Amino acid sequence: MTDVVVVETGTANLASVLAGLERAGARPRTCAGPLDVERADRVVVPGVGTLASAMDRLVSSGLAEPLRGRVLAGKPTLCVCLGLQVLAASSEESPGVAGLGVVAGTATRFASGVRIPQIGWNMVEPAAGSRLIEPGHAYFANSYKLDSIPQGWAGALADHGGPFVAALERGAVLACQFHPELSGRWGLDLLQRWLSLGHAPGGSGASARGGAPRTRTIPGRVRSGPRRPSRGKTRRRGAPC
Amino acid sequence: MLTVRIIPCLDVRDGRVVKGVRFADLRDAGSPPELAAEYEGQGADEITLLDVSATPEGRSAAMRTVRLVRAVLSLPLTVGGGVRSASDAGALLEAGADKVGVNTAAVARPALVSEMASLFGRQCTVVAIDAHRLPAGGWEVVTLSGRERTGLDAVAWAAEVEERGAGEILLTSWDRDGTKQGYDLDLVRAIASSVDLPVIASGGAATAAHMAEAVRAGAGAVLAASIFHFAETTVADLKQELSALGVEVRT
Repeated sequence: MTDVVVVETGTANLASVLAGLERAGARPRTCAGPLDVERADRVVVPGVGTLASAMDRLVSSGLAEPLRGRVLAGKPTLCVCLGLQVLAASSEESPGVAGLGVVAGTATRFASGVRIPQIGWNMVEPAAGSRLIEPGHAYFANSYKLDSIPQGWAGALADHGGPFVAALERGAVLACQFHPELSGRWGLDLLQRWLSLGHAPGGSGASARGGAPRTRTIPGRVRSGPRRPSRGKTRRRGAPC
Repeated sequence: MLTVRIIPCLDVRDGRVVKGVRFADLRDAGSPPELAAEYEGQGADEITLLDVSATPEGRSAAMRTVRLVRAVLSLPLTVGGGVRSASDAGALLEAGADKVGVNTAAVARPALVSEMASLFGRQCTVVAIDAHRLPAGGWEVVTLSGRERTGLDAVAWAAEVEERGAGEILLTSWDRDGTKQGYDLDLVRAIASSVDLPVIASGGAATAAHMAEAVRAGAGAVLAASIFHFAETTVADLKQELSALGVEVRT
């Protein structure tokens, strides 16, 4: 049984994330300090609320740097909802607050003309290079989002008044704008795929230990949207964006 | 594009699911975790649990119920009923709720909505509005399970809670609750067109046609209770019918 540590970024969805991981077969525990984030086999960063409140908590508890380090190294890390936006450089929601900056870009608010927050089930379509995300409906609860998948990352897109980033993947890092722990059987399957993913030191190119890397046909109805050219899987990003 | 959510609602009293008409005449309808798991299996998109207990003992039973439901449920869980303060809301979130609904306490002290939004996030903050149709037109907000009239206009109140940080409105027609006559569509239309927030229509649904009407009136989700508890229909059947009516649902 691998050691799964859940970082407390706030009250709100901690219990759901712990229960979801348990249903997926893990025995998660809450984070006791920076060493946990540095050394645990797997780290989960849930998060709801604002970038400012989450970063405040991560910085004051000394977790921001070790978390940044493990994401850059591609160690098994799952970021959920605001956890994804924490990886970005900044957010319109919290002007002047720096995120971890391991993902280029700023989280922006959904444009007017759609219901905000986005609350409900939206179709997630894997983009080029995604290994973990299957097409399917996922549960979202967010007002801010990233607009495109940055260079060096694979991921998935969804649409709410325009395409936005539903998930990012690199190495054994998976960041979901949706809530896998609340996305029914589809979400549970995704959690299990992440939990069985091996970690290849060096950041990228990790392969699923539980079996051969999965191949997938990208569905024909791939939406037009920001796309990145496909890159060699061994490429490593050494510096934050 | 978001699909329309179907939300079975569990009215819970002293650890059991109950259901009545116009918030009264409660009948036993089963065990909360068993029903929640059953509805997830049928394809429900979310579960709402309303604590209708009237006693402190009932309240602590509700907390246990939330934990039991959370352990088995892989869907979003909204819990409401008797939430008086941000710390009440925090306790429910710690027990496993994803969103907390407030009603009476928010009317009494609207700052509660802002406090919850700033502590837990907008998407955790659901304001339940029970609206009573006025003979002269418009709707008045009622509280305390319909026993108290507030003098507040429901449309103005919806706009105010959006301003204060609500993430969603659970809109119940007091007049239609449990009657199976269909949602109050004028009410849904009036509220949904006055806010950007998602609106959950509640009160009066018996058929897929009722639900499709509410969606056309602007609801992003439809909530129902008695039609599910007494096995009159299943979520799976309703979704099939809704799909045939041109409403996009998650399958």
